[in-house]
Amino acid sequence: MCTYQTEKLAVSGSGKGPDGWFSLSSATVYFDHPAHYPAEHSLNIDFLNLGDGACSRVAVELDPASARELARAILETLEVVAEKG
Amino acid sequence: MTDSLRAETVRFTGHGGDEIEAYLAQPLDEGRLGSVVVIHHMPGYDEGMKEITRKFAAHGYLAVCPNLYSREAPGASPDDAAAVVRALGGVPDDRLVGDVQGAARFLKSLGSSNGRVATIGYCSGGRQSFLAACSLPLDAAVDCYGAFVVGTPPEGMPLKVGPIVHMTEDLSCPLLGLFGADDQYPSPQHVAELEEALKQAGKAYEFHSYEGAGHAFFSADRPSYRPEAAKDGWQRIWEFFGRYLAS
Repeated sequence: MCTYQTEKLAVSGSGKGPDGWFSLSSATVYFDHPAHYPAEHSLNIDFLNLGDGACSRVAVELDPASARELARAILETLEVVAEKG
Repeated sequence: MTDSLRAETVRFTGHGGDEIEAYLAQPLDEGRLGSVVVIHHMPGYDEGMKEITRKFAAHGYLAVCPNLYSREAPGASPDDAAAVVRALGGVPDDRLVGDVQGAARFLKSLGSSNGRVATIGYCSGGRQSFLAACSLPLDAAVDCYGAFVVGTPPEGMPLKVGPIVHMTEDLSCPLLGLFGADDQYPSPQHVAELEEALKQAGKAYEFHSYEGAGHAFFSADRPSYRPEAAKDGWQRIWEFFGRYLAS
């Protein structure tokens, strides 16, 4: 299926694409057909700068278990830093 | 019919007078031929869609696949272009109709056209094929697992698409629908609702749903490919176009 399950959020930060570093404006998170990962579906994230052309994109396609581990690792890292701060 | 064909990138005028990129494939046979506008799937104007466009030419049709993402991402790789268009909310319906109208006009202007034009679309293009057939005078239309002809997108989805089943009364031509029974968008319930609308409106249609197949079963370069469903689906398409696009 094409799940069409998509979330778009504004983000601040930088990403490195084919032309080097650029400022990020948004991220799109969706569960859908991957372009490269060999599975029917994957958790996909596009980090974008929509004002900067289609090449300002950092993309990942993750299997669902990897995506959950990544989300857990991000949250745990931020919690540890917050506790120390 | 020979198997000789020519395929190339062309440009024509689409919605709002914009010049858009497209991939044209045409048989080198003599005579007047029917035409097909190939509406690409949500992953964009990619190798798979160009291969499908060439397949139509190999079967004796003039075929053109417009790059619906030409404006947002000119020259970008298909996946980068699709990512940008997804984030921006997708292709607006009125623009799609204008681009398909431009594609049909372009095909009819070719010396070997017999004046008959069909649309075929895959995934999001399936909905767009139905939309075009309800908005333009066409000779045939094929909807391959198009979502949101019936039904509404998940909450919070940035894609600005909504159901268009209310347009069924305006359908200008026979419709062939090819669906996967395991698909959720469109689900078997969505397909049944569309079929009921077509019956109520007295429209000519032919639907086939394949067991063991989900979304994108025609995509030979993806794990969703289902050879048996795709093989039968292609046969249905050749029969359908043979009926409605012949001179």
